[in-house]
Amino acid sequence: MTTLADDTGRDTAPPHQRASKARLSDRARAERSLGWKLAGPAFIIMLAVTAYPIINALWLSLYNYRLTDPSARSFVFLRNYVVILTDSLWWAAVGITVIITLVTVVVEFVLGMALAMVMNKIVIPRRSLRTIILIPYAIITVVSAFSWKYAFAVDSGYANHWLHTVTFGAFPLTYDWFGGTWSSLAIICLSEIWKTTPFMSLLLLAGLAQVDSALDEAAKVDGATFWQRLYKVTLPNMKAAIMVALLFRTLDAFRIFDNVFIMTGGSQNTSTVSLVAYNQTISRAEIGMGSAVSVLLFLIVVGICVVFVKAFKVDLAQVKGD
Amino acid sequence: MESNLSTRDKTWLGISAIPIMLYSIVPILWMLSLSLKPSSDLSDGNFVPSHISWTNYSLILTGGAKDLFLPALANSIVVCLSATVISVVLATFAAYAIARLDFPGKKLILTTALAVSIFPVISLVTPIYNLWRAIGLFDTQIGLIIPYLSLTLPISIWTLSAFFKQIPWEMEQAAQVDGATNWQAFHKVIVPLAAPGVFTTAIISFFIAWNDFVFAISLTSEKARTVPAALAFFTGASQFEQPTGAICAAAVIVTIPVVILVLFFQRRIVAGLTSGAVKG
Repeated sequence: MTTLADDTGRDTAPPHQRASKARLSDRARAERSLGWKLAGPAFIIMLAVTAYPIINALWLSLYNYRLTDPSARSFVFLRNYVVILTDSLWWAAVGITVIITLVTVVVEFVLGMALAMVMNKIVIPRRSLRTIILIPYAIITVVSAFSWKYAFAVDSGYANHWLHTVTFGAFPLTYDWFGGTWSSLAIICLSEIWKTTPFMSLLLLAGLAQVDSALDEAAKVDGATFWQRLYKVTLPNMKAAIMVALLFRTLDAFRIFDNVFIMTGGSQNTSTVSLVAYNQTISRAEIGMGSAVSVLLFLIVVGICVVFVKAFKVDLAQVKGD
Repeated sequence: MESNLSTRDKTWLGISAIPIMLYSIVPILWMLSLSLKPSSDLSDGNFVPSHISWTNYSLILTGGAKDLFLPALANSIVVCLSATVISVVLATFAAYAIARLDFPGKKLILTTALAVSIFPVISLVTPIYNLWRAIGLFDTQIGLIIPYLSLTLPISIWTLSAFFKQIPWEMEQAAQVDGATNWQAFHKVIVPLAAPGVFTTAIISFFIAWNDFVFAISLTSEKARTVPAALAFFTGASQFEQPTGAICAAAVIVTIPVVILVLFFQRRIVAGLTSGAVKG
């Protein structure tokens, strides 16, 4: 019956195509209008919740405007930007954010690639491995942050006890991870890496699955080592998937907020760009200054995108949709 | 491909799964362990609690902290479900149009969705905070649902467009030719084909909304506070002796639904996460 339906379906197709030009353009016009009627609401809402606020922020950033003192609002043109860009705290936050982004993205890529390769080949706990690896992805970032924070805290932690045992007592039980910039950053990065590597590895796995395994086999027959095959065959053939994964993770890492807020709240000089924006707006009610930071962060993200697209030739047309 | 592997390779791969699994669950076990320890044992450093105590759970569910946790849980559920339903419904229409109809601007819509999804969330906070303060949406559920759409709508449009492109839409016409009415063709043929994609998209959307922290702490003060934001302020509230145990108990509770969704719908979630991202 399916075959019959298919045949009749095909038979009815030509008359449509043979229809007069006028009717076709009517149909085309109706289709256009229906297309926008269906997709329009979603499109307008997307613009309303992002484009409008960022334009509004651009406007507000030109004012000296404290929410607690609205009457003193005054137009200062670019002074907010000058203040921020000449402030060493801003550049410190940019530096910390760049460090976190670089470290997490590189580690996530290496770890994610290893996970993807295991998941691609594994036979026995195939289903359960793919299930369990989704758990970190699905967990709330704040929960992950608390979990890592408490695990490394001096009072409630496990990490110091474990390190103490592994090093036969050389590691001090009272080591305060959150007492210094670098050790705090290390835990922040660990939590971030733990939570987002699975997502990275799934994107890489999808790319890996598209690499023709015959190429790998052929290289193997020709005597190529594992690393040769990885560098010369596998990675070049999944370059598009890699670049997309790296771009998404870089942008995501650059706006890191949750982990830092929960673990240090920006103390020990661990403040990131997002945290600076939050503190200006919410803690200090400096709407003008907060808007300027928001605009700068937005520009950085656009800049990262441009670099990826231009320098690494990431084909965004290949990302999502067509 | 698997058949080419020797038994030895298979065994090694199987063994390598053990550290990966441990990696995935140990941080959750840390939390579970802390949530089950009585406050006197919190700093004993034992991974397996020597005494199991349910006091942390009773504290946040029925005890002194229930007014902090339960309203936040209700807010989280209402806000996240609303944002998910709204964005999945809107995205279904949009994705249907993108997958099936020919109209100019398809590319524009997909590009906009891409641009919105990489938007730094914190950049939206300042202007929205200012506006919500002015029009009275600050600290309301609606005041969270609206910005949450900027998180859930783009991913929904992408994922659903990718799903809908794979649906054999000719089946609808085929059914009509076989004598089905429009409604029957839609109801019996299209809905069963589209439902898995819509459902998967809803799960992914929900995860993203459930995870939000930036909007939640910036745009609420107490009434509309969701769980992630409430957790962050458990410490400051200091209404109980040991916030550590209570936070861990609350964290375990909000993790349970997520783990259940993952266990039941693993394959669909993976398909949904990757379908849009890499052409396949």
